[in-house]
Amino acid sequence: MLEPMSLWKPDPTFYPTPRDAAAAPAEKLAYVAAFDRSASRPDAIAVLDTDPDSPAYGTVVGWTDLPFVGDELHHFGWNACSSALCPNAPHPHVERRYLIVPGLRSSRIYVLDTKDVVSPQVVKVIEGEELAKRAGYSRPHTVHCGPEGLYVSALGGANGEDGPGGIALLDHTTFEVLGQWEHDRGSQYLAYDFWWHINHDVLVTSEWGTPSMVEDGVVGELLLGRKYGHRLHFWDLRKRRHVQEVDLGDQYQMPLELRPAHDPTKTYGFVGVVTSVEDLSASIWVWHKDGKQWAVRKVVDIPAEPAPAEKLPPILQPFGAVPPLVTDIDLSVDDSTLYVSCWGTGELKRFDVTDPFNPVETGSLRIGGIVGRAEHPAAPGVPLAGGPQMVEVSRDGRRVYVSNSLYGSWDDQFYPDGVGAWLAKIDSDPAGGTFSFDERFFPNGDDFRGLRPHQTRLQGGDASSDSYCFP
Amino acid sequence: MTLTAVLLLGAFHGLNPAMGWLFAVARGLQERSRDRLLQSLPVIAAGHLGSVALVALVVGATGSLITGRALPIVAGVVLVGFGLWRLLSSRHFRWVGMNLSLPQLAAWSFLMSSAHGAGLMLLPVFTAAHTGHAGHAMSGGLGVAALHTLAMFVVAGVIAVIVYEVAGVTILRRAWFNLDRMWAVALVAAGVFTLVQT
Repeated sequence: MLEPMSLWKPDPTFYPTPRDAAAAPAEKLAYVAAFDRSASRPDAIAVLDTDPDSPAYGTVVGWTDLPFVGDELHHFGWNACSSALCPNAPHPHVERRYLIVPGLRSSRIYVLDTKDVVSPQVVKVIEGEELAKRAGYSRPHTVHCGPEGLYVSALGGANGEDGPGGIALLDHTTFEVLGQWEHDRGSQYLAYDFWWHINHDVLVTSEWGTPSMVEDGVVGELLLGRKYGHRLHFWDLRKRRHVQEVDLGDQYQMPLELRPAHDPTKTYGFVGVVTSVEDLSASIWVWHKDGKQWAVRKVVDIPAEPAPAEKLPPILQPFGAVPPLVTDIDLSVDDSTLYVSCWGTGELKRFDVTDPFNPVETGSLRIGGIVGRAEHPAAPGVPLAGGPQMVEVSRDGRRVYVSNSLYGSWDDQFYPDGVGAWLAKIDSDPAGGTFSFDERFFPNGDDFRGLRPHQTRLQGGDASSDSYCFP
Repeated sequence: MTLTAVLLLGAFHGLNPAMGWLFAVARGLQERSRDRLLQSLPVIAAGHLGSVALVALVVGATGSLITGRALPIVAGVVLVGFGLWRLLSSRHFRWVGMNLSLPQLAAWSFLMSSAHGAGLMLLPVFTAAHTGHAGHAMSGGLGVAALHTLAMFVVAGVIAVIVYEVAGVTILRRAWFNLDRMWAVALVAAGVFTLVQT
């Protein structure tokens, strides 16, 4: 079923340094997780043609229905990446070939083979029971290929327990669940995203909420009670031990996506905070080394936008404003540019982060939004629901892909008249120039067959898929 | 002839990025320090020497217990088996941690060499050395391990410095042939050679 993977030369999509990766050729395909909110039809991986010279450019050219329903696909990752070149345990003759695709609601994990096909094929299904039995977790989320296997973060506990969430390890080659990663989790209970500073043996995790806190929508009392996550955790990647907790302050609810610098000599990274309960603003923070300790600093504040109550969904009417809701950020491979999705206000911001402590905004685009409903130039006159959400950047930093769905039950709260389905591509000049929608690239509506698009992964790797051991 | 084989195998091991020169380069690049690269190389060679010398000692001790013909047969069978396993298995050496002290780096090198069967590849030489006097065989085996490691160290050092100073790690994408396969074939060949010798 799973073929042995061994090449004579390193997989051509593995790059020793971020600089090499930034010189990679443009991706020809993009894989998009799409889910059925009603859980009556299978979720799917949709495949988009991203080759501008192809007649099918900008359209859905591949589609793989999953064998079950109700998975709620969300994030996913590759079986192998550039870290296979790392000198401590090199194995660069494996192939970047399989997509590891967790179902956030079902706790199933699918393995899809992308080799020599447009529509990937499901080659393995790991049932939620196996994840629960072997690792004690449920609701798998982020996937990264790493030194001990595939690391998969999970929001929930198992066997009737709501938490703690954490990280499960999967075998590199068989994809069997090996067990729970943590040897000592210290004060950590909530889980969401994770990544690492691989050359420093440091792993970082962020906090969202347990399944009971998120699966039926955001719970107002919990949010105003500051019960969602507001901390980062730093770990010893080698000893699997919790080293330090850094609290952003409990008004800063939900630090989600973690984007460490790709340069392996650096020890800083960015995290986006969904909202502050004091003024509904969103914020971007930098974590960094301060002496021997880890510290955080807020470097961007994005204020809420006032709006008349009648234009707001019930959940926001008491506040009279639209929160930006920063739900995803992405850092270019050369660490120069940070893209920030404001899913509430329908804005995608671009920052020059060459100096990470002093980001400079170099671009802004509007699309969708709770009140704005901004159009896409390819579909004038059509107000759009949803906003820029999952954002993925090509390795060369010139193309940015955004999809519009956040998470089923949360979509329904913030866009109660329907979130729709669209995915936009933006041309971006890394030097700070062009920042505009590609009018030839706007799959939307029925293109996604009634499903909602979430994370995009680019063929050969992207800005949030690979880590590098050489500067 | 034997000396040439010992040196060539040392060069072959030195050439393999997995045996440590690449780790030395990474350590140098991480701190932009050629000194750190140069410090790492002897430590890596020491770990390799430890792994190979251990095999020499085991052969020496075993050889003093069993009769002459049994030794190469056991050695040959072990080699062919290990080589086939390396050839057919897709498992790779696992090690977590990039930020190592020098003693940890030596331990890493010892384990990496052992997991790859670096010392086993010299079994034909060790067993052949054993046909003479037992005490000579033991010291001869250690001498072989030292010579082998010297060749490994020189080749690894030259490659590491060239990659660090001139070529750059981008060359890995083009020039890193799957030495693990050749390595496994070499193990099997060494085993067959040992068996044929008897």
